[in-house]
Amino acid sequence: MLLTGGQILIEALKEQGVDTIFGYPGGTVLPIYDALYDSDITHILTRHEQAAAHAADGYARATGRPGVCLATSGPGATNLVTGLATAMMDSVPMVAFTGQVPTGLLGRDSFQEADITGITMPITKHNFLVRDINDLARTIKEAFHIATTGRPGPVLVDIPRDVSGGKTEYRDPGPVFKRGYQPRMEAKPELVLAAAKAIAAARRPVIYAGGGIVNSGASPELQRLAGLIMAPVATTLMGLGGFPGDHALSVGMLGMHGSKYANYAVYESDLLIAVGVRFDDRVTGKVESFAPDAKVIHIDIDPAEMGKNVRVDIPIAGDVKTVLGQILDVLEARPDPHWDEKVQAWKREYPLDFRKEGMKPQAIIREICDMTEGKSRITTEVGQNQMWTAQYYTFTQPRSFITSGGLGTMGYGFPAAIGVQIGCPDELVFDIAGDGSIQMNIQELATAVNYELPVNVAILNNSFLGMVRQWQELFYERRYSHTELKNPEFVKVAEAYGAEGIKITQNAEIRPALEQAIASSKPVFLDFVIDREENVMPMVPPGEAINKMLG
Amino acid sequence: MGNTLTVLVENNPGVLARVAGMFSRRGYNIDSLSVSTTDDPRISRMTIIVQGDEAVLQQVTRQLRKLVDVIKVQDITRDPHVDRELSLIKVTADTTVRGEIMQIVEIFRARIVDVSQDSLIIEVTGDEGKVNAIEEALKPFGIREMVRTGTIALLRGSVTAAEYEED
Ligand SMILES: Cc1ncc(C[n+]2csc(CCOP(=O)(O)OP(=O)(O)O)c2C)c(N)n1
Repeated sequence: MLLTGGQILIEALKEQGVDTIFGYPGGTVLPIYDALYDSDITHILTRHEQAAAHAADGYARATGRPGVCLATSGPGATNLVTGLATAMMDSVPMVAFTGQVPTGLLGRDSFQEADITGITMPITKHNFLVRDINDLARTIKEAFHIATTGRPGPVLVDIPRDVSGGKTEYRDPGPVFKRGYQPRMEAKPELVLAAAKAIAAARRPVIYAGGGIVNSGASPELQRLAGLIMAPVATTLMGLGGFPGDHALSVGMLGMHGSKYANYAVYESDLLIAVGVRFDDRVTGKVESFAPDAKVIHIDIDPAEMGKNVRVDIPIAGDVKTVLGQILDVLEARPDPHWDEKVQAWKREYPLDFRKEGMKPQAIIREICDMTEGKSRITTEVGQNQMWTAQYYTFTQPRSFITSGGLGTMGYGFPAAIGVQIGCPDELVFDIAGDGSIQMNIQELATAVNYELPVNVAILNNSFLGMVRQWQELFYERRYSHTELKNPEFVKVAEAYGAEGIKITQNAEIRPALEQAIASSKPVFLDFVIDREENVMPMVPPGEAINKMLG
Repeated sequence: MGNTLTVLVENNPGVLARVAGMFSRRGYNIDSLSVSTTDDPRISRMTIIVQGDEAVLQQVTRQLRKLVDVIKVQDITRDPHVDRELSLIKVTADTTVRGEIMQIVEIFRARIVDVSQDSLIIEVTGDEGKVNAIEEALKPFGIREMVRTGTIALLRGSVTAAEYEED
């Protein structure tokens, strides 16, 4: 049967099991939108392409299935850029489709032409420009294959209008094979043995676990390993939820705003088992003082991460779940209870805490956690709101914490929450936001109202770009240069869009407001007016050793 | 000293930009890069000379392998191999010095490929050292312009790049 390129795209999406996409139309994607018109695929019209990308990303992180977004050429495509970079940094499986000017007009600065494959080369795992309709089906299949296997990441497929509008015979392209792309899953046996030996010999092992645990579904293996060797587990921002935060061996997050006990444990460890992580500078602080006495085992799907930022003694490239399984098969654990006692003593001595008077953001987050029994899906924006959430919400499930870690994208949380709610329609979704960040994609209120998505946005409103203000306070003599915000009345904004708004100025109102929001079937903006100059503590000053914490 | 990488890539549009972009983005220095198609038209071959210690080389190799269009990467610096570059050098040469220049050309087993009233073009192939040496030898006569290709290299013996075992 002859199909248009747009129809082939729909067929290919169905074959990939895609039932929902996020997008925004325009001239060069008209043939695709025309095909969507009579397809069963649900299309969510966001109010900005950046939000379509973040929503697809949130959907992917929450469900584990690839997120799909669609935008027109030129400005539509460039509006996806921040979303793609966000997904790239956090290894999120996503496929973005963009329209492009007809092949005959390529390279002539045509109306709404942007070289989006050139622009996105460094911020996608791979990208394609489809010049021939006969390559379309195979290219789409390859795009999904690349996005979802190995180290996941965003893949962009650029489709000129004459390709999506042309016609050809649709055939299943068959299995994909790319000779330059064959991710290694299993580890070499000699490395597995070396790791098992090092683990058995360690007296003070620490597990440093990241987003790779979540991506590969390795939480059960991680819990078994930790239990067998009685090692404290410190997670990165991306790893939160990958190990239950209420587990006795959990020491929460490590790094710049990690817990003191996590950082102390890492600093004093004699073996660091780094799993699904990339030794980001926000984690390591001053690299020379990061686990200075430890042997390092690094397990990750991406061989290029081995030795990139720190020296590694036993580098193991492979799928984290598979490799942990291989190690567990041969491990003879000889845990030393003294180490656990020491870590527990640190936990008692240096708990995460805050002063209780006034309207404290930490208390609000604890309340959200308590009221939802730690079971809701949480997205965040970027800044203090994000760090307080990481510290004070106890994540017990993989994929329950969804945040822009690597890129730190303000404006991510709200559209991501929309994607999460679409992917998990029966679950409770909160975006914990700052008053600055929420205004970066506030127009998505229209999307949430349009599709009747009951997402809740808890704005921790300090009328500051809080995190930047904190750095100005600590490192620039309180010279608050351009960080004070004059904000709109968020309640009125929400109401204008047809959502609900609640303003909360006192502690006694926190719980009732949350109850009202949770009960509501509408999107709700909760405007929590918090102490303006509350800081995120503890904190490792930039470039300092991780055991030298302020606060 | 530069390290010699042989890279087989899919002959797709944009593949050179992907490779070059990776180098510049991550701050690695390319001394020379040459690309051409191979006996298989779907595959191109790059020879890249890159500076750096062992850790840098390991990263470069792994980052290259991570690119979807890169099929094979080998660091042949320490393996027996033949490497060559080609240079064309235009020297000032009136009749009084031509004899002298021709002697140099002979010593380096180079060739004269163009003659005009007051200049010669000399073609030389060899490894980097040889090309540097003839350039030095010709300088006193006045080099008007010159052009050099990047280095290309092949492993000695019967092993091909496609057969080479990656670690
Ligand atoms: C798109 C973008 N622009 C700028 C920044 C730099 N930045 C990091 S945190 C921050 C302040 C965030 O303020 P707000 O959203 O009010 O959150 P708070 O820190 O007060 O919780 C800024 C400007 C960023 N991360 N992302």
